[in-house]
Amino acid sequence: MGRKSDARGEEVTVSDLKGIYALWYREVKVFQRERSRVVSSIINPLLWLLIIGGGLGSVLSFGGVNYQSFIYPGVLVQAALFSAVFFGVYIVWDKKIDFLKEVLVSPMSRTSIFIGKILGGSTDTLLQSFILLIVGYLFEATGILTGITFSLLSVALSIVFLVMTTIGLVSIGLIIGSQMESPEGFQLVVSFLIFPMFFLSGALFPIENLPGWLSPFVMFNPATYSVDGLRGTLVGLNRFSLGLDFLVITAFSVVMILIGTYAFRKMRL
Amino acid sequence: MHIIETRNLTKRFNSLTAVDNLSLQIEEGEIFGLLGPNGAGKTTTLMMLTTLIPPTSGTAIINGFDIVKAPDQVRKSIGIVFQDPSSDETLTGYENLKLHGLLYDMDNELREQRIQEVLTLVELTERQHDAVKKYSGGMRRRLELARGLMHHPKILFLDEPTLGLDPQTRGHIWVYVRKLAVEEHITIIITTHYMDEADRLCDRLAIVDQGKIVALGPPEKLKKDLGGDIIRLRGKNGQFEELRGLDFVKAVRSREGDVYITVKDASIHLQEVLNRVGKVDSVEVRPLTLEDVFLHYTGRAIRDGSPEGGWAEKAMHAGRR
Repeated sequence: MGRKSDARGEEVTVSDLKGIYALWYREVKVFQRERSRVVSSIINPLLWLLIIGGGLGSVLSFGGVNYQSFIYPGVLVQAALFSAVFFGVYIVWDKKIDFLKEVLVSPMSRTSIFIGKILGGSTDTLLQSFILLIVGYLFEATGILTGITFSLLSVALSIVFLVMTTIGLVSIGLIIGSQMESPEGFQLVVSFLIFPMFFLSGALFPIENLPGWLSPFVMFNPATYSVDGLRGTLVGLNRFSLGLDFLVITAFSVVMILIGTYAFRKMRL
Repeated sequence: MHIIETRNLTKRFNSLTAVDNLSLQIEEGEIFGLLGPNGAGKTTTLMMLTTLIPPTSGTAIINGFDIVKAPDQVRKSIGIVFQDPSSDETLTGYENLKLHGLLYDMDNELREQRIQEVLTLVELTERQHDAVKKYSGGMRRRLELARGLMHHPKILFLDEPTLGLDPQTRGHIWVYVRKLAVEEHITIIITTHYMDEADRLCDRLAIVDQGKIVALGPPEKLKKDLGGDIIRLRGKNGQFEELRGLDFVKAVRSREGDVYITVKDASIHLQEVLNRVGKVDSVEVRPLTLEDVFLHYTGRAIRDGSPEGGWAEKAMHAGRR
């Protein structure tokens, strides 16, 4: 079996470039037409920022930064986490409505299909991240948030962190999606994954003085390094060096891409 | 050279053998049908031929390429219309076709030209910029037919192309398929469990049951081999031994007070049959159908519960006693 499926072309060839573009094009078109998806993906993070952040912000601040501004980078990661991983559900739907067969039966290699899917999903998620960055900037400019640095450099660095994080997270969603038969099953598995990832990332609390039992979970969580990197960039509060944050996130994304490529090759309909 | 040749093609799912040592040849330009009940192995065969699943053993050569050793080349040679809709309904018809052209790495100019050509062929030019979710079932199937053809495949696979469509739309699809075979000079492989579809559309048929071919040939020949017409006599009993001896009588069966006589050609032989059996309450004549052919080779009706199938099945069982 293994050898037989290896006979499929697995490398990305020039002839696959248009196909990769096609997969991206489809995601972007669908995203454009389902505006409600964009709106709902923005509303949820804003609720966290304004209600949890605003509520606790009246009594809390960390490292001289108001709580609301403190969790702003965490909310960026949270938004990316939820929409990127949940993007994987579309591959489960594709299996159901059979669009996936149309792609799998084309001459494109599985690796190229995976890359096209990552690009499509990352574009959706990053678009939403950009909107949240703009919202953050407007809040800062109008005084709703304070202590956040929006400079060319900080925004550029934030985008780098968000891009690397998103690629890894979209891959996780696609890996799970490629293995699942039903959207319900996908949601169940993903919920068990992303809620702990969110709560253990330090998005909502500082990670300097955690209880001993909690610390390992937080340190092992790739999202922790995204939050730390973004918080360092935007608010100036980081536990690790930005270089280490970047390295960990990049390594995480590379590993996820490798696993995802493998999962797509083995994917059954 | 055959455009498709399967060699002992086999697929097992655990203990179930879905396709059992299938060996057949299909010629270029044919409309070839795989006819059989649900679960006969038609779709599994199609999935193997289109490289979506690997065979357990054996292989097939498609357009000169081995499905196991050169699946990429095979995929470039074929087009497929799946049983379930596989177009993106959020996108327009045009966009779905454009995606297809991109997936097959078509040259941009050729792609745009082909999109309009195939849209004209299936008469969807006017609706090309509407979202697919606004299409009717028949329009959607036509769009997928057009899509399957876009990249000039040598072979087009159609998996139950008219499943779930109303009779009028089915008729339209048949017309399109015929037209495609002629205008695009391609080989078309159809799976179906509709007798009328197999009968009217296919040049040649393989009747499959439990993963095996039970009969192979043009629909007319398959029916002729078994006789031409069935005469049903009511209100008659007896064995009619004298009828069995006649050279134009293929079979005689009696069941529940009715007698079923299979003859070469009822228009010629009905009178003689009636002369020999004497007075009857009523006579009914119908041509032999593929249903009867299927029944003959498998002992079962394709669709249980259908009036005609039930009718013929009873006759069959009577004959076996």
